[in-house]
Amino acid sequence: MTVPARGADPPIPPAPPAGGKIVTDVLIVGAGPAGLAAAIELRRLGAGRVLVADREPGAGGVPRHCAHTGYGLRDLHRVMTGPDYARHYARLARQAGAEVLTGTTVTGWDDPGHVTMTSAAGVRTVSARTLLLATGCRERPRSARLVPGTRPPGVMTTGELQQRVYLHGQGVAGRALVVGAEHVSYSAMVTLAHAGARVVALVTDEPRPQSYAAFRLGAAVRWRVPVWTSTAVTGLSGRDRLAAAELTDLRTGAVRTVACDSIVFTGDWIPDHELARLAGLDMDPGSRGPAVDTALTTSAPGVYAAGNLVHPAETADVAALSGRHAARQIAAMLGRGRPDSGAGHQALPVPVPVQVEAPLAWISPSVIRDPGTPPPRGRFVLRSTEFRPRARLAVSQDGRTLATARLSLRPARSLTLPAAWLPHVDRAGGPVRVHVKEWA
Amino acid sequence: MTAPHPPVGPDSGPVDGVADVLIIGAGVVGAAIARTLAQYELSCVVVEAGNDVGTGTTKANTAILHTGFDAVPGTLESRLVRRGARLLADYAGQAGIPLERTGALLVAWTPEQLAALAPIEDKSRRNGYTAIRPVPVAELYGREPHLGPGALGALEIPDESIICPWTTPLAFATEAVRAGVTLRLGTRVTGVRAGGPAGGRFGRPEHEVVTDRAGTLRCRWLVNAAGLYSDQVDALAGGQGGFTITPRRGELIVYDKLARPLVGSILLPVPTDKTKGVLVAPTVYGNVLLGPTAQDVPDPADTATTADGLAGLLAAGQRLLPRLAGEEVTATYAGLRAATEHRDYQIRVDAARRYACVAGIRSTGLTASLGIAEHVTGLLAEAGLPLTERETAGPPRMPYIGQAGARPYQDAGRIAADPAYGELVCHCERVSRGEIRDALASTLPPADANGLRRRTRAMNGRCQGFYCAATVTSLLGAAHGDQPERPAS
Repeated sequence: MTVPARGADPPIPPAPPAGGKIVTDVLIVGAGPAGLAAAIELRRLGAGRVLVADREPGAGGVPRHCAHTGYGLRDLHRVMTGPDYARHYARLARQAGAEVLTGTTVTGWDDPGHVTMTSAAGVRTVSARTLLLATGCRERPRSARLVPGTRPPGVMTTGELQQRVYLHGQGVAGRALVVGAEHVSYSAMVTLAHAGARVVALVTDEPRPQSYAAFRLGAAVRWRVPVWTSTAVTGLSGRDRLAAAELTDLRTGAVRTVACDSIVFTGDWIPDHELARLAGLDMDPGSRGPAVDTALTTSAPGVYAAGNLVHPAETADVAALSGRHAARQIAAMLGRGRPDSGAGHQALPVPVPVQVEAPLAWISPSVIRDPGTPPPRGRFVLRSTEFRPRARLAVSQDGRTLATARLSLRPARSLTLPAAWLPHVDRAGGPVRVHVKEWA
Repeated sequence: MTAPHPPVGPDSGPVDGVADVLIIGAGVVGAAIARTLAQYELSCVVVEAGNDVGTGTTKANTAILHTGFDAVPGTLESRLVRRGARLLADYAGQAGIPLERTGALLVAWTPEQLAALAPIEDKSRRNGYTAIRPVPVAELYGREPHLGPGALGALEIPDESIICPWTTPLAFATEAVRAGVTLRLGTRVTGVRAGGPAGGRFGRPEHEVVTDRAGTLRCRWLVNAAGLYSDQVDALAGGQGGFTITPRRGELIVYDKLARPLVGSILLPVPTDKTKGVLVAPTVYGNVLLGPTAQDVPDPADTATTADGLAGLLAAGQRLLPRLAGEEVTATYAGLRAATEHRDYQIRVDAARRYACVAGIRSTGLTASLGIAEHVTGLLAEAGLPLTERETAGPPRMPYIGQAGARPYQDAGRIAADPAYGELVCHCERVSRGEIRDALASTLPPADANGLRRRTRAMNGRCQGFYCAATVTSLLGAAHGDQPERPAS
């Protein structure tokens, strides 16, 4: 699959009025990889007017401030830096004729027909035939992780760090600790080094790092940064500036204090699900995003959700492919001539839930309405809370095994489960169970 | 950002270099006294060690506007809480301080607590608060359907309210400064050379107050409103002593706004001999607060949270409101109450020394502040401070940072007039660039990021700066003339 829109650009619809009600076929909330990829695909498929609202001043989402490379592999079949990737998508979306409204915050909604947004242009309402939520995810901050101690400056997440360094040219001086040892933790480490800080260590409460061996070796060799495993951050001290972190060895209980001027809490993703929850969508208790089916339909008719809002967090290309998948479902649905207003959509069939059992944390999509619709990339996405290097997963429904699969489970690492078993799901049956049957 | 703080207010200061009144401490009590004295023909200086008003006990508490129903009857605290609550509710309306009359439910969970309800009701009536009433269990669960199982009974205190603890002292200080009071922030008092006996109009010679940053300041009357440090200041000033401040730390957890529908009223615990208990309260910012713990600590600056404290709160929350456990924590913090060994405020004015001690304002200072200010002003007048009323502009209109009323981002007319109010910088709290700009240009601009938080709510939301801290830091740095390389603060 390639990104479309060669040759003549589709006609660009008139600019939205500077007040009053805006009527559109699709409103996408979030101009990150998922939202922009969806917008491009919707325009390519002739889905009509496509509006993308994003609260940030620039389109592109989180990749805007990820200066490292590796973006675009699965969706664009090329590799570029985050900012290039963000610019590329924003350009393609505009060329495709999507209207991208940046600096525009969707503040509330009841259904797709009644959405309120605020920008410098004023308070406006949007009436959309369909709504796609692509609001992404963020890292849990220190407070949400209940790390005790003082609250000095110098405590941040990777998102804040990257924006400080790459969007605002702010430096980070002195010694820094990185909490986490997953992919994003290594990105934080590189950003800190770039900003002038000396990274003391990566600290993880897991018994081993969760990222690729190449990243671990890079950290050890190029940056000479150790990874302290089975270690929890159990306190912070300092008043006008962070002074030290208290670290507890989870194997021995030994406590030590490490001097540092900054600490970056990485990973531990939570979807930005405020809009989803405000309108009372069914939520998935594991991922904490809205529960979506394989067509990325939420529990509300005419409302879809894609990207890291439903699988926090996959890489940008996976989010983009999720957005593209949602776009195809939306285009097909609009093409079938469903009613115009959100309230008038047909009632959705009762879904079959897909349930995971520990140590699996969540699966996405987590409900099945139409076994004939495969999920994005033909795969379900999962997370584990534990290491299980040679796990055998079983998928079953009402005691009937639908499939088994071998997987190497690692906390915070993306895991995928092929969806070939999907057509065998009994629409009228009980929940589909996904559990770890055995491991070596 | 540790730039020195120029004095806010008239540059010239007192005409003869001697202020009529010098107040030590710009917490909610000191600021309230300053704005009350500003109604009279006096020169007044406030000296504050922190870099902002209200940075001690004032900023970190449960933010409840109490009725005083459970005060010790007959105490000064009981009287001033009742009086202060009325004055502050009225002032909040004029100044635009966020205030919500949510009411409170005092919930009994054990037979012992249930038996304590009748005496509490009686005590409330003796405190002059008669709207208190018992609430049957069925009605309790009807009003608070998410309350944990096992409640045995409750009292309703319909006038307990929630208020913004940040806007309140800022409004007082803004009013005071606009009326001519000089405010010296970031200035610590290191010594007092007390003046001689009274004589003449004000008595001479005057007090000399030695500071670390502003040199020696002279005044005729000295007011000690130093909160957690009031015993130390009392000793410096040669006061009569008789009290010791023991900081009592309270840790609190703030839950995500998405938890707000879980609770309607303030849910108060029944205090017993063993424990004061933990409360759950909505906040005027639309969050839910759980706390406080109560632990005596030696250090009046020790506002660190602890693993045990937070774990205890989580356990208490699990019982009070089980669904809280499924919601995200937005913030945790700890505040210190200026507790003493006494059961009442320690307020006295020594006419001969021209010295007022306003201490031991434990956890009711926010509510009682204007009552305390009125009371202290009366005592000062009795002691010989001449009070001549003058025309002032009255309460300032403060930027509204509550959740219940309309914020700028919702106000089409305001955005049309000034598009900066439609440009949201802090997404979680929906704070616009216009509001940040206004705060930076206000009568009392913030000295640092925390000051900006208290004025706008920026960076106080669920992401704690993931999305906005870098931008906000740049705006703050630009206002302070910083180089962009400066690390965060």
